[in-house]
Amino acid sequence: MPICNLNQKNFDPEQDYPELSKHNNWMAKCLTKEIYAANRDKVTKFGVTLDQCIQTGVDNPGHPFIMTVGATAGDEESYETFADLFDPIIDKRHGGYAKDAKHKTDLNPDHLQGGDDLDPNYVLSSRVRTGRSIRGYSLPPNCTRAERRAVERITVDALNGLDGEFKGKYYPLSGMTEEEQDKLIEDHFLFDKPVSPLLTCAGMARDWPDARGIWHNENKDFLVWVNEEDHIRVISMEKGGNMKKVFKRFCDGLNKVESLMKSKGKEYSWNEHLGYILTCPSNLGTGLRGGVHVKVPNLSKDSRFDDILEKLRLQKRGTGGVDTAAVGGTFDISNADRLGYSEVELCQFVIDGVKLLIEMEKKLEKKQPIDDLIPKEKKK
Amino acid sequence: MSAYFTRNARKLAATGALVAGSAAAGWWFTQCNTHHARLGTTNVHLRYPASANYPDLTNHNNVMASNLTPAIYAKLRDKTTPNGFDLDRCIQTGVDNPGHPFIKTVGLVAGDEECYEVFAELFDKVIDERHNGYKPWMKHPTDLDSSKIRGGQFDEKYVLSSRVRTGRCIRGLSLPPGCSRAERREVEKVVADALNDLKGPLAGKYYPLSKMTDEEQERLINDHFLFDKPVSPLLLASGMGRDWPDARGIWHNDAKNFLVWINEEDHTRVISMQKGGNIKEVFDRFCTGLKEVERLIQAKGWEFMWNEHLGYILTCPSNLGTGLRAGVHVKLPLLSKEPKFEEILQALKLQKRGTGGVDTAAVGGTFDISNSDRLGKSEVELVQLLIDGVNLLITMEKALEKRQSIEKYIPKAK
Repeated sequence: MPICNLNQKNFDPEQDYPELSKHNNWMAKCLTKEIYAANRDKVTKFGVTLDQCIQTGVDNPGHPFIMTVGATAGDEESYETFADLFDPIIDKRHGGYAKDAKHKTDLNPDHLQGGDDLDPNYVLSSRVRTGRSIRGYSLPPNCTRAERRAVERITVDALNGLDGEFKGKYYPLSGMTEEEQDKLIEDHFLFDKPVSPLLTCAGMARDWPDARGIWHNENKDFLVWVNEEDHIRVISMEKGGNMKKVFKRFCDGLNKVESLMKSKGKEYSWNEHLGYILTCPSNLGTGLRGGVHVKVPNLSKDSRFDDILEKLRLQKRGTGGVDTAAVGGTFDISNADRLGYSEVELCQFVIDGVKLLIEMEKKLEKKQPIDDLIPKEKKK
Repeated sequence: MSAYFTRNARKLAATGALVAGSAAAGWWFTQCNTHHARLGTTNVHLRYPASANYPDLTNHNNVMASNLTPAIYAKLRDKTTPNGFDLDRCIQTGVDNPGHPFIKTVGLVAGDEECYEVFAELFDKVIDERHNGYKPWMKHPTDLDSSKIRGGQFDEKYVLSSRVRTGRCIRGLSLPPGCSRAERREVEKVVADALNDLKGPLAGKYYPLSKMTDEEQERLINDHFLFDKPVSPLLLASGMGRDWPDARGIWHNDAKNFLVWINEEDHTRVISMQKGGNIKEVFDRFCTGLKEVERLIQAKGWEFMWNEHLGYILTCPSNLGTGLRAGVHVKLPLLSKEPKFEEILQALKLQKRGTGGVDTAAVGGTFDISNSDRLGKSEVELVQLLIDGVNLLITMEKALEKRQSIEKYIPKAK
C-alpha cells in the first residue's frame, strides 16, 4: 500500500534499516545499509518509496530452499529511481544481466521453427503466458482505485475490439453471477483474491474485487486477467502439442491488443534494457512462461533429470502450477528464463527441449540407454 | 535532537487542532500536502476527479461505509496530515473488509494523531455512530483515581477472574498503520525503558518477540500472555502487520498480574488481571501502573496522546476515550438462559463475550462480562458500572438458584 511518512525523515536511515538477518530472498541479499540510506527518502512521481518496494521481502523472510525475489515495483519509474537495488536483484535473479544489456523482443511467430508436431501421446497440453503494463498508470502495489479502473477500461475497450478467433467477452469479478462463476471455475479460468502473503504484503489485493476481471474468447483458448498481479496477464492455451499454434495465437492477440490501445493513445510499458515492465522483477523482459504438460514417468525417475532440464534451460513444476507435485509422472515443463532472450528464443527452447525429453522417454521405455542424448553443455 | 523538536511540533499541531475554525489551524493543514509539496512536485493522483476514486461500498456494512458519502470523500481526499497520511489509507481496512451482516465493524483507522482532526468530517460521524451520539463539542472525562471505587470484591463462587485493559500511544510517533520501522523502534525503546524503571510489585521484564527463546515462548503461551502476528484481515488490511516481529514485545511484572503489549494494534496495550473476584485490587494496580509509566515517560520529555475531546487517542476509533474494557469471567448458567438476559445486559451497559474473548462462545455458562462504553464516561465511572452491574447479575443468579423470580431486579434502560 502507498507508504508515505514524512516523520521518517526525522530519523537516520540507519534507524529504519530493516532487520534481515533471518531472511533469504534476493532483496535481503542485495539491500545494503548504504543502498537503503541513499534511497530511503526518494519518491517517484506516483508516490512510490523504497520501503514500499521492499515491504513484501521484509514481511516474508523466505524459505531455506526457494529463493523469492522480495521486492516489487510500484510503478515503471521505480526500476530507475531505485536502480541501486533493482539492478543487482535483476542481475542475480536472471542469471547475470548487466546494467547496459539490451533485451530483445521478438513476437513474430514465423520465426519459430517446428513446434506443431510435439507427440500428443506425451504432450497433453500447451500454454504460453505473459504480462503487460499500461504506461502512465502505477502498478498494482501502488495504484489508486481510479488508476485501476482506468486500466480496466482501457484493456477491456481494446479486447472488445478483437474479432475472428479472438472475439470474446469480459467478466468483471464484482457483479459476477453464480452461474458465470461456476463456469469459469470449471474452465480453470477464474482467479481468486490472492491469499499468498508474498502478494498481499505488496499491497496488490487492496480494494478487491474492484476493477478486476477475466476476459476470454469464445473458443476459450485466449484468456486475459485484468488487474491481478499485473495490469494484464495474457494466456494462450489448448489441449495437445501444437505449441506453434498456441504461440501464434499468443503473438497475434498481443499485437492486435497493442494496436488497438495505440489507436487510443495508450501503450505498453517497455524499454530496451528491461523489455516489458511488470510488477515483479522476475517477470521482466518477456514475462513469458511457455510450457507443456508432458508425460515422462521414466525419465523423471532418472537421477539426471534435473541436470538435463537445467542444460536445456527448462524448469519443472507439478501440474497444479508452481509449488505443486507432479501427478502420475506428468510434469509441467517450461522455460526457466525471462530476460535476455526473446519470446521466440524462449519458445524455441521449450519446443526443442521437450522434443528431446520425449525422445529420451521413448528410449527408456524400450530400456535403451540415453547417454548419448544427454546435452553436454548448457544451451545459450 | 530532531525527535525532541518533532515532539513539540506534534504538540503544537495537536493544540492547534483544538482551535476550531482558527485561520492558523486552517493554514497549517492546507500547507501540509505530503512529500510532493516539499519536493516541489504535484500529487499526480489528484488529476483524477474524486468520483473516479470513490470506493465501491454497495456490499459494505461497517461504520465507515455508512458515513463516507461521495461529498465527504471529495472534500477530504486531497488533504493529508503533516506526516503525509491520507484518507485512502485510513479507510483501506473498511474498503477491503465489507463486514458482516450482524457485526458492524468500524472500518476506519488513524495513521497518526492528526488524522482525527484533518479528517474530522468523517471521523466525527464514525465516532458519533459508534459511541452512542458523541458530538464534536463534547468533553471526555479522564479519572484514574481508583480510591473512588465502591465495592469491587465479587463473590468468588461466581467470579473466576477479573481484568482491566486499555491502550496508550506516544505523542509524536505515528500509529501502527502508518509508522516507519524507526518510529516503531522508538516506541519500543521509550516504553520498555519506562517499564524497566518500575519498582516493587510492578517490577518486571521485557520480552521482545524477535529475540524470544523457545522456552520463553512456551511459558508466555502457558500464561496466556503471548500475542501472535495478527491474521485477521481487519487488522492486516490497515497495515499494522508490517515488518513483523520487529519492535514488538511483551512486558510483564514478576507477579504476572500487570502486562504490557508493545506495538501490536496500538503503541501499547496495558492489562491488569488476576484470578478471583477482587477487581478493586486489579483496578488499583491498573491506575498505579499507568500513572507511574506516564510519569516515567514524561521525565524523558514524552507524553501520551490525549486531548479533552477524545480522551486517549488510539488507532481504532472504537477505543477512544478511556480505551477501557473492564471485565470478569463469571458463572451465570441460569441467568444466561433467561429470555431477558440480553435486555438486562444492555440496560446495564454491559456486553457479553465467550471466555476466549471477542467472537468466542461461552463455555459451561461462564461468560466474559464487560463494559460496552469507552468514550464519554471516565475510567472510574465505567469500572463502577461494571461492578454494580455484575453484582446485580450475581444477585439474579442466586435468586434463580432458589427458584425465585427476578422481575423486581430487572433494571430499566438508562
